[in-house]
Amino acid sequence: MMSSQEIIKVGMADLNTAVYPDILTTLGLGSCVGIALYDPVARIGGLAHIMLPDSTQIKNNSNKAKFADTATIILVEEMIKLGAVKERIVAKLAGGAQMFAFNNANELMRIGQRNVAAAHSILEKLGIKVIASDTGENYGRTIELYTEDGRLVIKTIGHGIKEI
Amino acid sequence: MVDIDKLNHLHLDILKEIGNIGAGNATTALSKLINKKVDMKVPKVNILEFKNLADILGGPENPVVGVLLDVSGEIEGMMMFVLEQRSAHTLVNILMERDIHHISEFSEMDISALNEIGNILASSYLSSLSALTRLMIVPSIPHLAFDMAGAILSVPAIEFGKVGDRVLLIETEFAEGIDRVVGYFILIPDIKSFKKILSSLGVSV
Repeated sequence: MMSSQEIIKVGMADLNTAVYPDILTTLGLGSCVGIALYDPVARIGGLAHIMLPDSTQIKNNSNKAKFADTATIILVEEMIKLGAVKERIVAKLAGGAQMFAFNNANELMRIGQRNVAAAHSILEKLGIKVIASDTGENYGRTIELYTEDGRLVIKTIGHGIKEI
Repeated sequence: MVDIDKLNHLHLDILKEIGNIGAGNATTALSKLINKKVDMKVPKVNILEFKNLADILGGPENPVVGVLLDVSGEIEGMMMFVLEQRSAHTLVNILMERDIHHISEFSEMDISALNEIGNILASSYLSSLSALTRLMIVPSIPHLAFDMAGAILSVPAIEFGKVGDRVLLIETEFAEGIDRVVGYFILIPDIKSFKKILSSLGVSV
């Protein structure tokens, strides 16, 4: 392990990129979705912590990192600036939980599900393949994207640690 | 539409006072429930960016218990009662007459007790808010989750995310004397409801 390895935090409604050997992380994803992108050849990673599915449905949409559609587009652009090649980029998704089990699952409570669907849809539009995901359920997730090999480590409270 | 960033000191003071009255009633209810004295701190009105939201609860990964009620009627939004893990255990132990320091996984009975505590406290908070503003407030049944603070708070944050980039929280901390039960009430009115609350109290926005 290289000693200069940095851990770069991505906040809620935020995104960032990293090159090998750095690690991107976002803590406590609930209904939000972590969109992790990776170019395995250039070893460049990108991570977005999105809150809402669609920027076109919201008037105040200046914060591009908040929405699945705009965040993904910007993240890909930022990665390309660092030397990633779009055709090589693959995606992994985590989050989109339904934290509270409301019976009459209204629109608000299904937001996690909608965020996941929106992430899939924008990635498909961009021609980026989703190679693994850990989404839905009813628990929070902390995720770490390793630029070393693109593995995504998912930590939870009471639901173990997994790697996808 | 009310812009959170344009609320002035008078508005914030009124929201603080609402927190004060609501939480005051709720802590009285808690005090009766556990038959112990409960102290309440001066409520804070926090306007936070999303990325700093979970800091008030000890960081995004800090394990907390959250009881969420959907609020409808003339005021819409959410009411949340949050306890740090240790405090949740202590509170349940007091209620179940167990050793105060006992910590194990929450049993079904513990969860049910916490749910009911959350329900009683949130309802008394809301009924005092309703009496004060003369607005009808209808809370839903309570829903409990035990998880990372960031994940729990993502639910109200997303609601605010639809209209802006900041969250307004009316936060009240209370503590049960020596046993240090620390909890928070978080009232998250829908943006439209701010105006209703403030104008019901004779303040224009």
